[in-house]
Amino acid sequence: MTDTPLKHTPLHAAHVRLGARMVQFAGYDMPVQYEGILAEARAVRTGVGMFDVSHMGRFMVEGDDARALLDYVHTAAIGEGMETGRSRYGLFCNEQGGIIDDGIIYRREPRAFLVIANAANAATVWAWLERWHRERFPSLRMTDITDAVAMIAVQGPKAIELVRSISNLDPERLKPFRIGDIAIQGGKVMAARTGYTGEDGVELMPSSEDAEWLWELLRSKGAVPCGLGARDTLRLEAALPLHGNDIDASTNPIEAGLDRFVQLDAPSCSGVPVLRQVVEKGPERKLIGFRTLAKGALPRPHSNIIKDGAVIGQVTSGGYSPTLDANIGLGYVPAAFAEPGTPLQIDVRGRLVDAEIVTLPFYKRPR
Amino acid sequence: MDIPADRKYSKEHEWAKPEADGTVLVGISFFAQDQLGDVVYIDLPKPGAKLTQFSRFGEIESVKAVSELYAPVSGEVVEANEAVAQKPELVNQAPYDSWLIRVRAANQQELNNLLDAKQYAELTATGGH
Repeated sequence: MTDTPLKHTPLHAAHVRLGARMVQFAGYDMPVQYEGILAEARAVRTGVGMFDVSHMGRFMVEGDDARALLDYVHTAAIGEGMETGRSRYGLFCNEQGGIIDDGIIYRREPRAFLVIANAANAATVWAWLERWHRERFPSLRMTDITDAVAMIAVQGPKAIELVRSISNLDPERLKPFRIGDIAIQGGKVMAARTGYTGEDGVELMPSSEDAEWLWELLRSKGAVPCGLGARDTLRLEAALPLHGNDIDASTNPIEAGLDRFVQLDAPSCSGVPVLRQVVEKGPERKLIGFRTLAKGALPRPHSNIIKDGAVIGQVTSGGYSPTLDANIGLGYVPAAFAEPGTPLQIDVRGRLVDAEIVTLPFYKRPR
Repeated sequence: MDIPADRKYSKEHEWAKPEADGTVLVGISFFAQDQLGDVVYIDLPKPGAKLTQFSRFGEIESVKAVSELYAPVSGEVVEANEAVAQKPELVNQAPYDSWLIRVRAANQQELNNLLDAKQYAELTATGGH
């Protein structure tokens, strides 16, 4: 614990008013749950939930060198080809191929990009971008808009319908992974068809002043407030990695199973030469998903993964999946043992729990 | 939530309810289940297990956290509530009806080491610490 005061998002008062249980997360005082994690997760899988994700880092990178800088630090290789209004997920890698953060880069204008970083890594990503701006890509401007702009993720099978009912959102134009401006009761709000739950939805980025008004408007239309607890449950079911748990600077995207987000022919990405070697040699270990054969004590991060009596890896994320009504987890094992169907045991605080490697994701939404 | 006056409470948020047959039912309080959130797993001792007052007798696990269970009285486990073990959400829904174990208390006087409903209400009003 430190004495640094916790930061508040523009929705902090709204969370407290709703009686949310608050926790410290990445320097912010954030809601972990309102009614309960399972009920909130269910709302997102069956209806519509909303999350305050204003704590995530939001940076604008604009100018002649903006694209080149981002292609240097991020594996998605936006290149000249990615059109305005589109976005791409990828990894911010260092020269060793280690993952500094994962994040989406959105092209707002030909020479203007929005970068969204994890809250816990926002300062690191900012410093990394700034370093390469200083050293190699002088002709650009970086602006941290994290405090000026809030972010509300509206997620679930009915999310688009709900947002349409209060705006001019056209889902045929704002297709998945697109970004644009929509009008909500006359006010312009940046909207991206992205999220972190495995469901359809949009992330709305109103000005901080408008955040509470929009939150209450969404709530009045039936969006269920959801906390970080449900967000973690949902992203694990969708097998979306959590930086700090499943990926970090000591892991690379190839072993993390994120190879499809790495353009190995990218000419200029600083992490790619090493990653090309990893692909050629084959990764030594792989991130796998497992499911326990019976319910019981929950596998948690740092639980040992055991095969034939020997420890072969560690759980990086684990818990109860309400959608599957099963205990699931992610973890790294040697590549030779990574096939779906492989029997494993998880050491949950001294109990050996039988499990099996399964194909990821655990949950895929019906389309 | 009203705190039933027909039982005693530990500072670790277990309740102990003396029954007419001389056994003691043990569960966790409304405050405890509220702090834990959605309970998804409970590890209970088998009948015959010996308990010591204020020592660990099991584990209760929610989506977010694991918590130890502490025996409010010493004695022998007569019965574990399989219905609750199979359906842990009952602890959230009705914490004062969802007993976890039935104990043959070694010494009923130990109940005097616990808090009554009024004292427990005061404890939890200050955040439970």
